[in-house]
Amino acid sequence: MAKTRNRPVYLNLFQIRLPATAIVSFGHRVAGVLLFLMIPGLIYLLDLSLHGPAGYQQALSILGSGWFRLPAIVLIWAFVHHFFAGIRFLLIDLDIGVDKDAARRSAYLVHGATLIVLLVVVLMQW
Amino acid sequence: MISRSQGLKAWLFQRLSAIYIAIFIIIAGLQFVVRPPQSFEQWHGWITSPVMMIATAIFFWAVLIHAWVGLRDVIIDYVNAFAIRFVLLVLLGLTLAGLGVWVARILLTGAP
Repeated sequence: MAKTRNRPVYLNLFQIRLPATAIVSFGHRVAGVLLFLMIPGLIYLLDLSLHGPAGYQQALSILGSGWFRLPAIVLIWAFVHHFFAGIRFLLIDLDIGVDKDAARRSAYLVHGATLIVLLVVVLMQW
Repeated sequence: MISRSQGLKAWLFQRLSAIYIAIFIIIAGLQFVVRPPQSFEQWHGWITSPVMMIATAIFFWAVLIHAWVGLRDVIIDYVNAFAIRFVLLVLLGLTLAGLGVWVARILLTGAP
């Protein structure tokens, strides 16, 4: 531990430019943590919705309420991004799209597809 | 042997759970879009049908395993102090186990 303390650290965030592949990788991580945080809420809604017709209505009204819109957009982004980026990583595990150009193209594809799906879902819902 | 294969096991579990989660969400999501439940009775009947109940139980189990491997990676990457890392991993494990018990209760008893 003590030995590694003295390593030079270069963390000028204004100079570091992340390639698209790195943004997909980090986004996958951020989205994963966000999705983890939403698990209790999801289970709570499942619990509520199965507690008789009143609970079911209550769960629906939570999902449809105004304050829920912003967190919903964030969570839908997190899910869609995690989904597409995850498929990309699975394909890379299978040696598909490993070389630099293909990896960069698929990274842009993940970002683009995520934004398109997010936009479609948001427009369909509201 | 055990310690040497742990990383591989985590890697494999992460991918198998990912595939199940993706397939479950696509199928359940399509069901929802094509035939959205119109009432509590329909929703309740759908979830408590044997196939859906088992599929949902496996889904949550896969999600909790997936979250364990993913969050464990995040904690190991960013928390270097051993004591704090250990405490966080224990808290994560307890949280996920608690969520698993909660889901099991809902599916077994909370959905009468």
